[in-house]
Amino acid sequence: MLGFLARRFVSVLFVLWAMTVMVFAIVHILPGSVAHMILGEFATNQAIAELEERLGLNLPLYEQYWRWFTGLMRGDFGMSLTMDRPAGPVILEALGRSAILASISIVLVAIIGIALGIHSATHVGSWSDRGLTLAQYFFIAVPEFFWCILVIIFFAVWLGWLPATGYTPLADGGFLGWAKHLILPVSTLVLGLIAHVSRLTRSSMLEAIESKYVLAARAKGLPERIVLRRHALPNALLPTITVLAVDVGILIGGIVVVESVFAFPGLGRMLIYAIDNQDIPLMMGGMIVITAIYALANLVADILYAVLNPRIRVSGSAG
Amino acid sequence: MNRIPRTLWIGGVIVTAIILLAIAGPWIAPFEPDAFNVRARLQPPSTTHWFGTDEFGRDVFSRVLAGAHHSLLMGFGATAISLAIGVPLGLIAAFRRGWTEEVIMRGVDLMISIPPVLLGLLILAVTEPGLAKTIIAVGLVYVPIMTRVARAVALDLLAEDFVEAARARGEGGYHILVREILPNAWPPLIVETALRITFAILLGSALSFLGLGPQPPDSEWGLMIAESRPFISEAPWIGLAPGLCLCVLLIAVNIVGEGLRDLLDPRLRGRGH
Repeated sequence: MLGFLARRFVSVLFVLWAMTVMVFAIVHILPGSVAHMILGEFATNQAIAELEERLGLNLPLYEQYWRWFTGLMRGDFGMSLTMDRPAGPVILEALGRSAILASISIVLVAIIGIALGIHSATHVGSWSDRGLTLAQYFFIAVPEFFWCILVIIFFAVWLGWLPATGYTPLADGGFLGWAKHLILPVSTLVLGLIAHVSRLTRSSMLEAIESKYVLAARAKGLPERIVLRRHALPNALLPTITVLAVDVGILIGGIVVVESVFAFPGLGRMLIYAIDNQDIPLMMGGMIVITAIYALANLVADILYAVLNPRIRVSGSAG
Repeated sequence: MNRIPRTLWIGGVIVTAIILLAIAGPWIAPFEPDAFNVRARLQPPSTTHWFGTDEFGRDVFSRVLAGAHHSLLMGFGATAISLAIGVPLGLIAAFRRGWTEEVIMRGVDLMISIPPVLLGLLILAVTEPGLAKTIIAVGLVYVPIMTRVARAVALDLLAEDFVEAARARGEGGYHILVREILPNAWPPLIVETALRITFAILLGSALSFLGLGPQPPDSEWGLMIAESRPFISEAPWIGLAPGLCLCVLLIAVNIVGEGLRDLLDPRLRGRGH
């Protein structure tokens, strides 16, 4: 178990390091100079030379990379090119707000998704199961950005119940103001993922219910409730954990889109802002931070899987 | 061979209809998709303008028709790219084993550790946006998954008797890969491809919604939805029309994918992906 954890941790570090190389390489090696991108095509040569001097762009590439990388290690993301302040705190603030969106969403997805999946699996063929299956087809395929538009038209424009855009910190707007700005973004984020998780939980739960160990538990005369909770559910939830980790990746994509539409000042919107304005340090930093979060989510999922899986727990080794 | 599932029929008919509409678009569109008409700005749907008009008086129905091929190209083009790169890589990894496999699969692990949207953004962030670049970016994003699937399939097949027989006949590696493995690897690969097309369309249209795909005045659906945002309260149809079409396309493609899975690989029935 410890060896497995150590190996996974090293691979996370490797992924992050490789990502720094990739982000740096793509930004710096692709045609077009960074200074040109920032200043536009009509910049004078002198202005470009000055900017290159200021940003250290005239140094050899490996030295530029080394400067940036060692900076990252110290938590220094460089200066934002458009905001006149260090990129690190900008990223951190945005990350905090995105984390609110993401954590509420993933908790809702886990609870509602698993609950619906279990309901479907224990009521196979019923109207509610059929309805849920049909809804899953629909919700998995509808893009987030279209949901955003639909809920804005319905709840913000027609009904006028909720604000269409923006964000109020808890300290300024109180709980109600804070929550009002979260309802629409969170609900658009979770719809597709709930469909995804509930569908997977349904099929793995069905598989578990049809298994021999559940048959054995029933044969012992245990009440159905206990059979389901103690014997079927723990096994059925293992694949769900893996899928939840994959869904964090989808969630990150969703957050980028949803934050842009709802003008929610989080990491996703910041990333799009940085790309639109060619704020290279902000963009590179944001990408590294997002990759790190995704890698950590996968690491947590692997650990949970190993802890919960009786086969791995007993034998003490994991591949 | 099993009976063709009913869902596959329904999905197939809808997808075919959309493809035909996309091809016939320029001939059947009632208006020029880019033609301004200041007198008919923001008109609600009517018999002349089925889906209404936008802020420049352009006919939304004609624009939706003209934009259909973008989403199709993104889905099919990007998936073709990931197939063309991923399948050979996966086959080689399975066949060569050793360090070749190690290098390919570690690369795959690495690429899979990056969230798909981020990978797409990274590729598109520093270049001038355009349809072709979006397709390439989306295609590259899904290469690692194709590589994984192809390798897993090939590894299973390599243990089969007919491969053993080919080896015993003294056939070379190329022959075994192309003549023995590839023809038998198609069913699971087709299933994966069909399911992947939905994701490719989703990712491609999300990227163009974010402004990193085709540029105005192009009528890509994601872009049209993005451009409709300022008029969401006075003229919701500008965004609703392309959005609903996108949903129909995505659901239909998804149904085809799942139908193919049921048809070709009943063991996988009902599982996630």
